[in-house]
Amino acid sequence: MGQPLGPALVAPGVIELDFIARRGEFQLEARASLPSTGITGVFGRSGAGKSTLVNAIAGVAADVSGRIEVDGQAFLDSASGVRLAIEARRVGYVFQDARLFPHLRVETNLRYGARRAPADGPVALWENIIEALDLSQLLRRWPHSLSGGERQRVAIGRALLARPRLMLMDEPLASLDAPRKSEILHYIERLRDACPVPMLYVSHALDELVRIADHLLLLSEGKVMASGPFIELIADSTLQPYLGRFEAGSVLECVVKSHDEAFGLSVLGFVGGELRVPQLDAPLGTRLRARLRARDVALALSDPIDLSITNRVKGTVMSLTFRDGPYVDVLLNASGAHLHALVTRESCARLGLAAGVPVIALIKAVALDSRAVGYARRSR
Amino acid sequence: MPVLLLSLRVAALATLLCLPVAIALAWMLARHRFPGRMVLDALVHAPLVLPPVVVGYGLLGLFGRQSWAGEWLAQRFAVQLPFSTAGAVLAAAVMALPLMVRSVRLGLEAIDRGLETAARTLGAGPLDAFLTVSLPLMLPGIVAGAVLAFAASLGEFGATMTFAANIPDETRTLTLAIYTALQTPGGEDTAKALVMISMSLAVAALLIAEWASRLAQRWLRPA
Repeated sequence: MGQPLGPALVAPGVIELDFIARRGEFQLEARASLPSTGITGVFGRSGAGKSTLVNAIAGVAADVSGRIEVDGQAFLDSASGVRLAIEARRVGYVFQDARLFPHLRVETNLRYGARRAPADGPVALWENIIEALDLSQLLRRWPHSLSGGERQRVAIGRALLARPRLMLMDEPLASLDAPRKSEILHYIERLRDACPVPMLYVSHALDELVRIADHLLLLSEGKVMASGPFIELIADSTLQPYLGRFEAGSVLECVVKSHDEAFGLSVLGFVGGELRVPQLDAPLGTRLRARLRARDVALALSDPIDLSITNRVKGTVMSLTFRDGPYVDVLLNASGAHLHALVTRESCARLGLAAGVPVIALIKAVALDSRAVGYARRSR
Repeated sequence: MPVLLLSLRVAALATLLCLPVAIALAWMLARHRFPGRMVLDALVHAPLVLPPVVVGYGLLGLFGRQSWAGEWLAQRFAVQLPFSTAGAVLAAAVMALPLMVRSVRLGLEAIDRGLETAARTLGAGPLDAFLTVSLPLMLPGIVAGAVLAFAASLGEFGATMTFAANIPDETRTLTLAIYTALQTPGGEDTAKALVMISMSLAVAALLIAEWASRLAQRWLRPA
């Protein structure tokens, strides 16, 4: 829920939002306090106000009143008449449509912001960013000759090279196909480690955020519904209506325990046990996040034999949430890890599921392919 | 060939005079809403619809010896516009201005305004963003407009005749020379030669305009 902000609570390391932005008939009321470290996912359906939020922070939106502060510096303070120009805010904005300058080669595009960045602050990260985003092969190319994924990589690099204090990404993957999305997300994961700039990442696809987000800002119909640590909010069943029935699920923090080369599997350990997944290209000990959709989890009362499903996690039913139609969301506690399973009311009645009933959660290994797995921040 | 040189000089100067004015006008008309915008738009485009002789007459009223502006120019700078090469340049420029404004404006409106926003988020101020992003992208439109204005200036007749008259080596440009040759007994051969030159210049201008539009297509391809 939006935290009410006292005026004296502004501290460095925080993005304070308390503003109203209007666009035609639409109005966004944003009140939230976000950490200015790591990646904050801004999630909501179309029309929830996600783009309006980042546009207001960037200074691109016209009709905004209230207060926006980043690390103690006021971008906007209507009460005292402060409204920083776009270029003075130093936010790196990655647009959905990349917006590379068509008359400049990739290298000149990349240097556009770098040349205008003030000399103070962190040392220029040219080599790091070129390497992290694999841009060295593209430097001589023209924007129109790039593929969609390459364009977004250049746009991300260009924004970062301007040494922003805050990165805003507005659905940067919206126009890409699934393999390309996964590829760019992988680059964003690499960047998060190479170049620690706080990031607001807008998306209406929860599986993107699961891979990268530390914090979640949940918007619905122009209002902030929740703001908090990603893992906590994603498991909060009261927020499920905003997260969408078929996107509901659990996020498990795992460690790579072993690889099974012969069968092409990797074994992930988490507090509730082990999960076998299609082999991941990650060294042993890598911390990562596995997203488990509720509909990929089946329940059994006893350990079934003659079944192909290899992942069997023991747990206890914590609660049942009845959804519209035939569905029930069953929340399990597996040694401290929370698992959601989406089953039908009919199954629920047949098995006699109720709070306190011990069950076994059955999870197909193929439900946990690399696209459902994100690499957790290495530095933590 | 003094007639050709004079024509080229008048057309080139008229084009140069038009350029900054046309870019500023196109910018204001395409990107800003201000009171009197419609009036300004109509005024800029008036030479397209008015008879050129009327435009020349208007210029005489504005810059003639009896006018306030004409007197000021004569006293302050010892410049006399009517019946001078400078006058021919001004007449050609005023006639060509709407063509150039239209071309530059089309070029400007084809540019994604989001590109300037992107430049601003990268630390460029409004003027910086305009000069480094919009202006280069407008260049094909500006080149096309300049070629059009240059060609129109070479062909300008009515306003020049009225405002600057038909003075040999001063205001007698190619078209006025063709007209004069046709009025002179035995001048048909001269007229034919001048017509050939005039047509060659027109073809060259068209080729340059075509090249500019191809460049535009490459630049403005959605990125």
